[in-house]
Formats: sequence, structure tokens, C-alpha cells
Amino acid sequence: MSATAAAPESQAGRVWARFRRHRLALAGGMVVALLLASALFAPVLAPQDPTLLDTALRFRAPFADWHFPLGTDELGRDTLSRLLHGGRVSLTVGLVAMVTTVMTGALIGIAAGYLGGIADTVLMRFVDTMLCFPQVFLLLVVAAFVPPTLVSISLVIGLTSWMEVSRIVRAEILHLKEQDFVAAARALGASRARIMFRELLPNAAAPILVAATLKVASAVLMESYISYLGYGVQPPLASWGNMLTNAQGYFDTVPWLAILPGAAITLTVMGFNFLGDGLRDALDPRLRMDP
Amino acid sequence: MTAAATLPRDARAAAAEGPLLAVRDLTVHIPVPPHVLRAVDGVSFELNRGETLGLVGESGSGKTLTALTLMRLLEPPLAEMPRGEVVLEGTDLMRLSEIEMSALRGRTVSMVFQEPMTSLNPVMTVGRQIAEPMVRHLGLSTRMATMRAEEMLRLVGIPDPARVARAYPHLLSGGMRQRAMIAIALACRPALLVADEPTTALDVTVQAQILDLLAAMQREIGSAILLITHDLAVIAETAHRVAVMYAGRIVEEAPVASLFAAPRHPYTRGLLASIPRIERRPEPTLPEIPGMVPGPAERPAGCAFAPRCGRAQPRCAAKAPALLPLAPGHRAACWNPEDG
Repeated sequence: MSATAAAPESQAGRVWARFRRHRLALAGGMVVALLLASALFAPVLAPQDPTLLDTALRFRAPFADWHFPLGTDELGRDTLSRLLHGGRVSLTVGLVAMVTTVMTGALIGIAAGYLGGIADTVLMRFVDTMLCFPQVFLLLVVAAFVPPTLVSISLVIGLTSWMEVSRIVRAEILHLKEQDFVAAARALGASRARIMFRELLPNAAAPILVAATLKVASAVLMESYISYLGYGVQPPLASWGNMLTNAQGYFDTVPWLAILPGAAITLTVMGFNFLGDGLRDALDPRLRMDP
Repeated sequence: MTAAATLPRDARAAAAEGPLLAVRDLTVHIPVPPHVLRAVDGVSFELNRGETLGLVGESGSGKTLTALTLMRLLEPPLAEMPRGEVVLEGTDLMRLSEIEMSALRGRTVSMVFQEPMTSLNPVMTVGRQIAEPMVRHLGLSTRMATMRAEEMLRLVGIPDPARVARAYPHLLSGGMRQRAMIAIALACRPALLVADEPTTALDVTVQAQILDLLAAMQREIGSAILLITHDLAVIAETAHRVAVMYAGRIVEEAPVASLFAAPRHPYTRGLLASIPRIERRPEPTLPEIPGMVPGPAERPAGCAFAPRCGRAQPRCAAKAPALLPLAPGHRAACWNPEDG
């Protein structure tokens, strides 16, 4: 009876309390929030039009001119504006790819884990097959056939990186489906679909959430790879990846053109990774250090 | 409760004659090469409306398997094993498709499990878990079902039901969770409730409360209860009739008073004798039944209890005795039963 006294305390409250104590994760979360805000408000924040050329103003150094706070590139475009707009592109790709990854991975993982038997074998061998190919190779093959747009790039990245998520979800479901509440749900007439999506999936939310944040980081990285290789976001649209490509010819003379987008990528990936790590620790019920 | 909930039950009650549930020759033989494990071996019993039948037996006697079989809850590959009939309100559950069966589960026949700590979904509020079967089976709106869920919580004796309905299971104690489980199982007013060791995981003081609650809910809702337990004290307190299982078979079946007063099967007598009693305190050791429940390999051709039985005769080992009436309502499967 005494237990009801604690009713107002929520699961979310405990998770937040644990998360807060994870300094790096908190920092990661703030970096991510900052990046998302800057991407969202890029048109307002950017001092210039990111595609405006002015060959008279090429290779301005950073911090030299307040019209171009981070300098200009080989075509005289404002680097800060391009970084902000490029961040928009990179984060959009990252988030859309993550959603695709998580949905595909969760669906396949839950089906394989809950249905078991032949379905499990077929789906997991498919996962193994997909994992046999290096992801960049898969990406480049697909990118060669699909015209590169924001959506197609995101989907292609998403559809070539869901395999780990499906394995994580499957493992979680295998463990969850043996629990009594699943049998209880069956005993109350819940259908298979209902058990999979209403009973099991919410219980697997923690590892899925963690995988999701880590997947944003890897999708941002992937977008940079393929944009760098020229199959990704096409000029004049800026993305961190194609900014690196453009900077390639000037590494020795104007290094900041490479350093700035590189730093942006690093910051994003680290932010999401720390956030993911923190979430993992905060959500892991085995690490129950009640606050 | 409202008329909507009681109407279909009355209609069903009027339509059906005879027992609510008739289990006939239920058999689950599991091949465990090189043997066949006769986990449930020709179990037959009946259960009337509003009645509580206790199914007692040791671990491995097949009582839980019997319950899971009649709920059709066995997972593959076990799901293919059962033979026999489970007739509930005139319908043989063994012949239903999985979809037809899941329409009955939670509505006509419901189940309470042993472990209240793990039987509730940890990430769904208690109220939502009670409401869900009502939305599914009775077609109630979510709001209506949520209101009814709070009513059910009040009915199972939970103080401040509105707040508990919004709480997650980890905030409740074991006894409270079992009350919530009972509320969930009875939300659609099922004709039959299967309770598998509903009090085993609870503190002794809470056990009595839960048993009282089951009896009170039975009066309120009119469900028949199949109460599965290894604890004869639970049976004595709650059941109207008892069936004793041993090695996959029912060896004795009788009204509670008659079973406790005059057990006819030597196994039942042994079970009763091994209950500690305060009046018997001078006795230095508790009587026990010699030997062990035979494993699947060494189960004899005849009565499975014969090797441990003090009253065994030559024919006990040769041929299994049938479950035959010895007195009105009292049946036992024994060649040489104890005196009544």
C-alpha cells in the first residue's frame, strides 16, 4: 500500500536524473541542440546568401572581415553561411536516414525476434547478407542509379544501415517475449500484431533510442563520405561533405576551408555519440543507481 | 456495473445448460527422445458456473500445463501436442483457430499468473492495461474503458484508484499488482477465470487478502474459477471442489470438505499428512511421502504412484486404475482406496 505514495514520480524523471549526471552526455546534448537550432534558423543566422559568388572576394581569411566572419571559399562564397546551410542539409539527411534506419531495423528485428522459426532464419540471413557488403560500396552502387536528391540520399543511407538496429531489436525482443507480461497479454486475447507493437516495441524503446542517436551520427558521416566522393548533395547546394570536396585542392594554401566543415562534422558526430552514450547509461535498467 | 457488461453474460448463461467447462481426456504427450513425456495424461474434469475448482499437485504434476493447454497458450512446438476436448459453453476450444481463440481470451476465459511482479507490462499505465481488453473485446471507447478501469481498481480494493490507474506497475507492491492483474483479468467479466498459483509469489498476509478478493470477485461477477496451486491451504480456503493431480493424471476429485475429511487416494492422504499443523506440534518430524515423482523414463505401466504407495498391490503396477466414483461427487483412481 505504501507504494502508491510514490506515484507522482515518473520513469522519465528518473532517467533524466541519471542522464544529468553524465557530463559528456549533457555537453553532447547541448551541442546537438545548438546544431539543430542553427540548422533550423540558418536562413536568419547566415550573414550572406550561401550560393552568392563574388570572385573578387576569394579566399578571405576567417575573422578578417565582419562581412565574412569565417572567410570565403574559392568562389568567394561566405563560409559561415555555407556551413549553416550545409548543416541544414547534413542534419536533415542524418535525421531522415535515422528514421528510415530505425523503422526498417525495428520492423525486421521485431518480426524476426517475435515470430521466430523460418521468418527469423530468413530475415537474419538477409541481414547477414547485407552486412557482407561494405556500406560505402553499397551506397555508391545505389547512388550511381538513383539521382541524388536530399530525400533519395537519406533513404539510400537509411536503407543500407538498418542491419545493426535489427539485430539489437531482435536480441531485445528475444529476451522480452519470454516475460510473463507477454503471456498475460496473450491470455487476454491480444493479437500477434498487438503484442509486437503495443507490448514489446515500447519495452524495447531504450535500445532503439540509443541506436537512433548513434545512427544520426553515422548517417551524417555517410552523407559526408558520399558527398565528398561526388555522389551526394550536388553543388551549388552546400553540404559539409561537398564543402570538403571543394576544399581538397587548397589544403596546402587555405587549410581552413577543409578544417571548418571537418570540425562541424566532428562536432556533430561527437555530440550525437555522447548523447547516445548518455542515453544508454540513463535508460539501462541494469544500472539502476536510484537517485 | 452497467447493463452493457452484464447483458451478454446473462444471455450466455440462459443459452447454456450443464457445466460451463468440460475437459475430456486432455492429453499432452511430449516426445523427448528416447522417451515420451506424458506430461498431461488423460485429464477429465468439469467446472460449473460460479464454482471454484482447485487443481492441486506437486511441481511437474501437469497442472500448469493443463491450464496453459485449455487457454491454448502453448507455444510451438508444444502447441501441436494436446489431444482431447476442452468444451467451454458448448464450444470445443481445441478446434478453434488462433483468431477465434484470441477473441475468447480475456472475454470469456481469462487468466491470472503467478508472478505479479512481471505479469504487468512495465511501460504501460495500470489503467491502460485494464482498459485495453475492454476496448478490444467490448468495443468500449478509450474514455469509457478508462473510467471502467478505475471502477475495476476500486472493486479489487485498491485505494485511490484514479491515481493508481495513471501509475506505472513498478510503483505498486506485489499485492497491489496482483490486485491489478485480477482487475485486468476480470475487466470483461469472463465466465471462467484460470488462476495459476495466484498467491504463491506473495507474502503470507497478502495471500489471504488475495484469496478473499478472488472469492469476493466471484460473488460480484459470477465467474467460475479454476484455481491451480500446490498449496492445500489455499484450496481449503477458496475452492468448492478439488482435483488432485499426480504425474499428469487426476488421482482424486471431491468436494473440499469431503477430500479433507476423508481422502481416498493414498497420495492425497500423504499430501494431507505432510501439512504442518499446530495441534501436532509434539511430532518430531513431518511425515513425508517416500520416494520421488517418477521421471518420464521410469513411469510404470500401472498406477504412477504405486512405487511410493504403502497400499500397493500387484495389480497396481500392472494396470492404471480409472477415476471412479466411490461416493457421491467423490472420485478416486485407486485399486485399493483408503476407507471413506
